[in-house]
Amino acid sequence: MKACGRWLFVAWVVAMLAGTAYGVERFPPPEFTNHQLPATQFAPPRAAAMQYVDVALLAGALGLASYLALVRRSRRGLFFLAVASLAWFGFVRHGCVCPIGAIQNVTLALFDPTYAIGLPVIAFFVLPLLFTLFFGRTFCAAVCPLGALQEMVALHPVSVPQWLAHALGLLRYVYLGLGVALAATGTAFVICRYDPLVGFFRLGGSASMLIVGGCLLLFGVFVGRPYCRFLCPYGAVLGWLSKVSKWHVRITPDECIHCRLCEDVCPYGAIEAPTEGLQPEAMPSARRRLVFFALFLPILVAGGALLGRELAVPLSMLDPTVELAERIWAEDHGLVEGTTDASDAYRNTQRPIDELIRAAVLQRDKLAWAGGAFGAWVGLVIGVKLIWLSRSRKQVDYAPDTANCVSCGRCFWYCPQEHIRQGWIGAEEKDAGRTVTLR
Amino acid sequence: MAENQRKIDRRKFVGDGLRIVGAVGIAGATGFWAGRRAEDDDNLWQIDPHQCVACGNCATHCVLDKSAVVCKHAYAMCGYCNLCTGYFEPDANELTTGAENQLCPTGAIRRTFIEDPYYEYAIDEPLCIGCGKCVKGCTAFGNGSLYLQIDQDRCMHCNECAIAIACPSEAIKRVPAGKPYLPKDQNGGPA
Ligand code: SF4
Ligand code: SF4
Ligand code: SF4
Repeated sequence: MKACGRWLFVAWVVAMLAGTAYGVERFPPPEFTNHQLPATQFAPPRAAAMQYVDVALLAGALGLASYLALVRRSRRGLFFLAVASLAWFGFVRHGCVCPIGAIQNVTLALFDPTYAIGLPVIAFFVLPLLFTLFFGRTFCAAVCPLGALQEMVALHPVSVPQWLAHALGLLRYVYLGLGVALAATGTAFVICRYDPLVGFFRLGGSASMLIVGGCLLLFGVFVGRPYCRFLCPYGAVLGWLSKVSKWHVRITPDECIHCRLCEDVCPYGAIEAPTEGLQPEAMPSARRRLVFFALFLPILVAGGALLGRELAVPLSMLDPTVELAERIWAEDHGLVEGTTDASDAYRNTQRPIDELIRAAVLQRDKLAWAGGAFGAWVGLVIGVKLIWLSRSRKQVDYAPDTANCVSCGRCFWYCPQEHIRQGWIGAEEKDAGRTVTLR
Repeated sequence: MAENQRKIDRRKFVGDGLRIVGAVGIAGATGFWAGRRAEDDDNLWQIDPHQCVACGNCATHCVLDKSAVVCKHAYAMCGYCNLCTGYFEPDANELTTGAENQLCPTGAIRRTFIEDPYYEYAIDEPLCIGCGKCVKGCTAFGNGSLYLQIDQDRCMHCNECAIAIACPSEAIKRVPAGKPYLPKDQNGGPA
């Protein structure tokens, strides 16, 4: 019983008569005499002021983490701080904004003068860098919620072969370069889009990313902190700064007895064994290799740049303007059937298609440059890594590799010297332990 | 001994140098970015209602289970029609508030009689899921007084809005925190 019939048709006729453009006043608003129009309610932004609280908490947590790691040397303290950081920066504040993602905000601000970046974002980006420059990666130890979550699941870490760890570690730089290239061109914030753990903090999000995150955590049970070691672009930057940090955690302030317990317990493979350095007879060949790599470096960079330019096409698939332009072009040339929401929306704006195509071409040019820079960067990273690996290193004691050590403090717990220093065991017991482990 | 001392001194010198370079670099960059800031502190995501095509992605792509997007009503633009094309199904049996006649899947629009022949429509925001069905109906056949906005109270302020990625009309933009809404009938946000 269609009492009012297909009024849609009537409405359509009315709409036609009134003109088809959107937002036209088809039905003049009535003038009420005794009815007050309600005011539309808009809730003020939550958490705008909260951001400054976050900055203060971040600074406090960084200070506390540095104190716990360097002065108190308390693994337990660091662990509890990590739990607190995970709870606050992760679950309460949903992991946004975080220093890792802030890389993209500062990049975009660098390249796009119209993009305004908030002070809290700058603070989030800069504070951990500064702390790392003085105290090592204490941010990673107990402040970063991603790090904390992975720290907690690292239950049965196996050791990753050195060569594999080095190779996978390069991915961080690749990811950093990609994130920066795509942010600089205003294409996408990939580091945020593919953040594997933020879904857990929000207790929601896209199913595919939740699955990826779940797999990562599962993997993290056996390979300590996989995201930190092989993907985190911010960790890559922190690594450089940590390398030159003023202070850094030491396994023991006392004499190292070479028991190798710390090496066993570090789940992140971040402890470097003592080495004699190169023997004199190996020197000439090592020097030749170094010269070769040094000469090879420019070739790698140039080759990377050339290859990288070719990335413009795949990279632009992430760009909405290029995607839309391609779609509309394909529709107009009969290459695809039908239309999409996006192409309909663009056509509805009555803007000329040429305008869109021009914008897309411009964007693709930009991406060709960004791709070239990205390729050169990857070449540079590989070249420098090769040189770095073939340098001669001399070391007497077991010590953390400051670039990769996240100052988690596990090694303190296992170092017999530390046990004595803290008065947990007497010297005789240590000697017993030493004979056993050195056997 | 002297040789060793020299080595240590050199190490310290290089280390200090790098640290200073790092610190100066970070400080300089901070100054640069701080200088680049516009007046308003921060960016929030908001929907430009004039670009939105009410595709429905807002309801499904937000990282929140219940999307941060809700429908707003610009009362001053509304025709107060009896036959509201944002409220009724195109083939509604009768113009009553019966759920089967309503476009809104959650019945979030309240219809109140004001005076003959005018009815007022108000959004019950806790029920609204931001699907934009009413917006589509109102924009296509009515005055376009219904429109979608991101409720800044519930929005997580994701660094990259998940809906913005999926929005076909690039309607989701960064707006300064001082002006968090883009209302259809007035400027500025909450007074
Ligand atoms: S490496 Fe990255 S993810 Fe890991 S703790 Fe450090 S900043 Fe966080
Ligand atoms: S995704 Fe974009 S076009 Fe679709 S309803 Fe949301 S704002 Fe409107
Ligand atoms: S910023 Fe995040 S929470 Fe807000 S509307 Fe977009 S996806 Fe939803």
